[in-house]
Amino acid sequence: MRLTVNGQAREIEAADLAALFAHAAEETGSPDPQGVAIAVNGHVVRRRDWERTPIADGDRIEIVRAMQGG
Amino acid sequence: MLETLTPLRPEADDPFVVAGVTLSSRLFIGTAGYPTQVIMRDAVAASGAEVATASIRRVSLQGHGSDTVKILKGRRFLPNTAGCETARDAIMTAELAREALDTNWIKVEVIGDRETLYPDVTELIEACRHLVDDGFVVLPYCNDDPIVCQRLADLGCAAVMPMGSLIGSGMGIANPANLELICRRMSVPVIVDAGIGTASDAVIAMELGADACLINTAVAKADDPVRMAYAMRGAVQAGRDAYLAGRIPRRGRAEPSSPQLGLVGS
Repeated sequence: MRLTVNGQAREIEAADLAALFAHAAEETGSPDPQGVAIAVNGHVVRRRDWERTPIADGDRIEIVRAMQGG
Repeated sequence: MLETLTPLRPEADDPFVVAGVTLSSRLFIGTAGYPTQVIMRDAVAASGAEVATASIRRVSLQGHGSDTVKILKGRRFLPNTAGCETARDAIMTAELAREALDTNWIKVEVIGDRETLYPDVTELIEACRHLVDDGFVVLPYCNDDPIVCQRLADLGCAAVMPMGSLIGSGMGIANPANLELICRRMSVPVIVDAGIGTASDAVIAMELGADACLINTAVAKADDPVRMAYAMRGAVQAGRDAYLAGRIPRRGRAEPSSPQLGLVGS
């Protein structure tokens, strides 16, 4: 299905947010979900809800991570 | 013979409290821009800071961010909304930060201009109002303007973080008179953020009455970040002690410090 992930149009098959994170983790080489947050269509989804949050065609998804900052 | 005094531990009777939480250090340390992650870790340790800042970025971006959370485990995170230019983006970033780091503390930064990184006050106030209402502990990076600071405190911010001078500039405390005025009038903690270039700048901020300093670039970009972190730790404490001790008034002429009676030859 077609998703917008971090501002980029992508073609990704993922049943739920947990699967999408696994996909992104593989791409970025950072599988650790610690310090990660995900928002779907502007709403943050708690980590414990990733597995039961389905993804639909056209969803806008933000996957972010805490990193060094000032 | 003089009685031997118990060594003083000034910080013991001078607790620093933000949003009901007593913090063990008046130095907040930034984690960005260090030569390596190991140096960052060691500098944060040397600083003695309990609170360390973090940013929130899309995972596809480059950077060795994935270890930051692990490296700093055990410290209290203060995520920021650095780089946001609208209240809307700052609010979204704060919500993501709350989930990513499991904290409702947020340093709200809404910049109005990429060259100066000066706060956009109207967007900042809007973001802070929303986030306070949403249950965040809000610490805004703001102008060194007593009225702006007052507005932010009035709407429920847990502290205010006025700029010493421009972010990353190392120009020190650009307007000491303003900062002193802000410190005198605020009922919430004043944490000087941005512009501190070396230890003496931090001392000055604390002597003017600041409750704490947030320092990043001065440490991260020093030739020896770990040693500078240690220097900042001492500076913040020295400045605080000097503020509490009360400085002598300035005077335009000399005042002998030794006794004036019994001078030899008189």
